[in-house]
Amino acid sequence: MRSGCGLKRPHRVAIIEHRMATLAPAASETEPVAGVPAVRLSGVRRTYGEVVAVANVDLEIAAGEFFTLLGPSGSGKTTTLRVIAGFERPDAGHVELQGVDVTHVAPAQRAVNTVFQDYALFPHMTVAENVEYGLRVKGMPKSERRSRAEEVLDRVRLPGLGDRKPVQLSGGQRQRVALARAIVNRPPVLLLDEPLGALDLKLRQEMQIFLKELQRELAITFVYVTHDQEEALTMSDRLAVFNAGGIEQTGTPADVYEHPQSEFVAGFVGVSNVLERGGRRVTIRPEKIRMTDESGGDGEAGTIREVVYVGMVTRYVVDLDGGGELVVVRQNLETSSQEALAEQGKRVRLSWRPEHTYEIEKEGT
Amino acid sequence: MAVDAGAFATGPSLRRARLRLSGLFWRRPWLKAAGLLGPPLGAFLIVYVGALAILFISSFWTVNSFTSAIEHTWTLANYRLIFAGGQPYLHIAALTLEIAAAVTVTDAILAFPLAFFMARLAGKRTRALLFVMVLLPLWSSYLVRVYAWQAILSHNGALNWALNGLGLPDQNVAYTNTAMWIVFSYLWLPFMVLPIYAALERIPDSYLEASADLGARGVRTFRAVILPLALPGVVAGSIFTFCLTLGDYITPLLVGGPSSQFIGNTVYRYIGEANVPFAAAFATIPLAIVGVYLLLARRLGAFEAL
Repeated sequence: MRSGCGLKRPHRVAIIEHRMATLAPAASETEPVAGVPAVRLSGVRRTYGEVVAVANVDLEIAAGEFFTLLGPSGSGKTTTLRVIAGFERPDAGHVELQGVDVTHVAPAQRAVNTVFQDYALFPHMTVAENVEYGLRVKGMPKSERRSRAEEVLDRVRLPGLGDRKPVQLSGGQRQRVALARAIVNRPPVLLLDEPLGALDLKLRQEMQIFLKELQRELAITFVYVTHDQEEALTMSDRLAVFNAGGIEQTGTPADVYEHPQSEFVAGFVGVSNVLERGGRRVTIRPEKIRMTDESGGDGEAGTIREVVYVGMVTRYVVDLDGGGELVVVRQNLETSSQEALAEQGKRVRLSWRPEHTYEIEKEGT
Repeated sequence: MAVDAGAFATGPSLRRARLRLSGLFWRRPWLKAAGLLGPPLGAFLIVYVGALAILFISSFWTVNSFTSAIEHTWTLANYRLIFAGGQPYLHIAALTLEIAAAVTVTDAILAFPLAFFMARLAGKRTRALLFVMVLLPLWSSYLVRVYAWQAILSHNGALNWALNGLGLPDQNVAYTNTAMWIVFSYLWLPFMVLPIYAALERIPDSYLEASADLGARGVRTFRAVILPLALPGVVAGSIFTFCLTLGDYITPLLVGGPSSQFIGNTVYRYIGEANVPFAAAFATIPLAIVGVYLLLARRLGAFEAL
């Protein structure tokens, strides 16, 4: 599916056109071609000895898309990213960039750039030298690459820090230098390997918004690896949920969140609320469940086993008389923490609208 | 707190004393440092720095040529003699310096590929095997190794035997400066391999991947990323090879020729002739060279890699 997040808003068009003119890839071979996916993986498999890191992954990422590979550690998402970058050679399958098979092309010749999890800034070079590295390798004259580097450092909000060494920067600043070093080359596809993993929550949330804006303005494809489901839902146009070396589900955030196709996806993207009733396994999102007093109306009866006060909301774990448990989330509109915590052990009824339940396949079938 | 106090009051006296001591160390961390560092530092100051100071002071004295007694009058005569024209001393110092420099460069060239292979390409077992092979010579006596080289390089030795076998003419390497250069390069090679290995091993794979990702091929990555990051290791290794060669006198004695006089040999000779002041003055020369070299090395960041 082709996304046009930026294009939905007319006032963005001018910005995009401006950016296309100044920052779009210059070489025609790296120009996005309409209809041709920016990245295509078919039947990719990668093993390390006995361990299968990636098993038979098929993936199509459209040009200009913010695409996230989401999954727990060891699920194969980072290996998949490294296969796209060329750092890992697949045992089987093909990698295409802009419709060109690059399976046997070295990383240095691939039209992608990577933001590494540990940033991988060269410690013996200044920030400016780091940012200019890719341009210097291509043989760009010094004055031109200097101005390009300055422009990009401005763009990532690090103006005037070009003469510092990476060790003199904070974690957040280093992260943005790594970003600048990659986008200064104007790649059609940018690969990001858990780039915000080392930052604290507040900075991470700021950077999520910043990265999303940057992706819209540069109008380039982002392939983003994360294990943080909230991050994946906030930022992506589409995402693929990885588990045990394979893709469980691909779709838009709303699609994956509201229509999880497997128990794993239901559990990993959000809270695992799976009930088995009459031989059917269904999932219900915790915020879609209405909790009332036992006497009030119909629904499944149960007992509140646990109450977790999380500031904005309160999370209840309810043991159902009919078997199983459900997590219920309620906004703390008028509830105080004292009141919420006092509800432990209370008898309640849970009800939900049938259209908010989704039938999922049984685990292992 | 209460439990501790109880133990303090009622426990056996030895245990009480130990508790009191550990409490004292906890309250005064500098006492712990002083206890650990005091004895070795004291010995170091007296034995090492003291000996060097006496050496330096005695270099300004002279020996009475009739009585062979040391005259404790301050003079620069020894240094003047070293730098005087027509004397062999500057030539000896220059030869020592040249060989030390040649050995350092040779070892760097030999050690780098080996260390690179060990640090970045070899598997665990190959690496362990290479480590043993690099370190093995250090477990045998220095003298035995030099004599072994004497046997290899001598006129009827293994070198000429091999050359004859290949139909090549004899080489008269034994008892020349070339022999010294070969033997020194062999002796100090492990001291160059290990620091370079340490420096190369510390480079994360992601740096090399980042370089490739930004379009650089192997040679470029080597020149722009690997070499600058390994340089402190090379400099650290060169401190060993350079200083060890500069101070040696046994190898020149055993495999060098009549003109292969090192600073060390001259110092040795003058001490034998009971002219300690001149020996001291001449021994100050390599000390000064090493001092300058260490300052340069520090500038190149060598001590971060040690």
